[in-house]
Amino acid sequence: MNDQRDRAVALRLIAAGVVYPNGTRALHSTSLDFAEGAFTVLLGPSGAGKSTLLRSLNGLVPLSEGHVETSRLGVVRGTRGWREHRRSTGMVFQQHQLIGRLTAFANVLTGRLGHHSTLRSLLPLSPAEKHLALDALERVGLLEFALRRADQLSGGQQQRVGIARALAQAPNLILADEPVASLDPATSERVLALLHDICRQDGLSAIVSLHQVDLARQFADRIIGIGGGRVVFDGPPKDLDEAAIRRIYGGTAPTPVHATRILETTP
Amino acid sequence: MSGTMQQGILAAERADGRRQALLVAGVLAICVAALAITGFFDAQRFAEGIPALAQLGSEMFPPDFSRWQFWMRPLLDTLAMSIAGTILAVILSLPLALLAAPNTTLHPALGHVTRLVLSFLRSVPELILGIIFVAAVGFGALPGVLALALHSVGMVGKFYAEAIEHADPRPVEAARAAGATRVQVITKAVLPQVLPQLADITIYRWEYHFRASTVLGIVGAGGIGFELIAALRLIAYDQVAAILITILACVVVVDSLGAALRRRLK
Repeated sequence: MNDQRDRAVALRLIAAGVVYPNGTRALHSTSLDFAEGAFTVLLGPSGAGKSTLLRSLNGLVPLSEGHVETSRLGVVRGTRGWREHRRSTGMVFQQHQLIGRLTAFANVLTGRLGHHSTLRSLLPLSPAEKHLALDALERVGLLEFALRRADQLSGGQQQRVGIARALAQAPNLILADEPVASLDPATSERVLALLHDICRQDGLSAIVSLHQVDLARQFADRIIGIGGGRVVFDGPPKDLDEAAIRRIYGGTAPTPVHATRILETTP
Repeated sequence: MSGTMQQGILAAERADGRRQALLVAGVLAICVAALAITGFFDAQRFAEGIPALAQLGSEMFPPDFSRWQFWMRPLLDTLAMSIAGTILAVILSLPLALLAAPNTTLHPALGHVTRLVLSFLRSVPELILGIIFVAAVGFGALPGVLALALHSVGMVGKFYAEAIEHADPRPVEAARAAGATRVQVITKAVLPQVLPQLADITIYRWEYHFRASTVLGIVGAGGIGFELIAALRLIAYDQVAAILITILACVVVVDSLGAALRRRLK
């Protein structure tokens, strides 16, 4: 815990809240500091507001109140500011969000878009850009599949392409929204381990939403429990006891899947 | 207890059946009325018409292909018109489709206006556009091309817009998250997804343009249709038959070429 307090702050959420246009309040006013180089897991059941919180951090979900502040940009505002922030923030999605009919390589190259002007991106990319993308594919162990169509890869491989796309941005922050929710348990652990190792090696800060308590315990430096659109737990994995889990999953009616997961992983 | 419930279900089922029978009867009545209004039940006209048709048929036989070398240039013109009309339609349709599709438009109101423009364009038949352009730029292939292109923008633009609208939004979100601008999102995340559909629409439209440009010749807008109307005016039905057979052969070739191209996109 002290270890985290000492680290520089990479990203700060200030009194931020989200109300969707249909009137649903998805996130109550929340302030959080995310330390440089830390692997933070947002833990909570489906519909708790993890996705909203995560997407508000790069403006995919606009904040209804409050601000996002980064160490480099200060308070992020304006189209230009958000674009600048997104360029240095890699995002990994639950559904991979690849273009199926394009190659893995072409998908990874879309990670470079933020680094180019609109006009420049209509011209062929430089060899340096292409090598950056291939390096990213090599890091996730998929260099040999670079020219394979994305829809011909397995679920785990597609998610690794998704990670490579985020890495190709040369980011200093990675946001991952339920990156392993559509994978089987063994693949989930491998993909998450890969993401964790890369972030550790490169000193990247990562904020990852998960609904599996065991995976959160295994990889997180810090766990933030979300329930009913509020932070209901914040601490290192060792402090995540049964009472804390009840607070996280008791706020909303947990689905049977979550209920069994809790039983399995509670000592 | 369950007996009365079953009675209720059966009664409801009978009411459903009656409603359906009434609906079918109504549709049938409308169809019969339409046939009656257009004179389909006038037996006398058919009695007189069938011998006239037979006479016409006998005059068409055997088809006279003796002037075939005069048809090659107009046929080439028709082919060129169909291709030129298609490329012009594509160039005009793509920007309009991007403005019309709700997921790529600059503003919802602009989307509505663009869709209105597209439906206006396709509601003007190309034959009318052909007459207008012949009056404006004179006889020949050019007015035909302009007529084909302008009418097709309404159709192709609508189909393009629908393809674009149904692009998967998830890769689009991924591109936005990487800091892509609006134009980058369209060129790198939307268009790559829908390119096969756009090509399919375009090639299908080219096939259609070849068939439509034969009709346009009739109003003086160039191509093989011009020869067809000339033969008709000379009452040379054997030549008319030969031209029709030639057109049919070309349509079959163009259609199968187009179908083969579109299969390769899959």
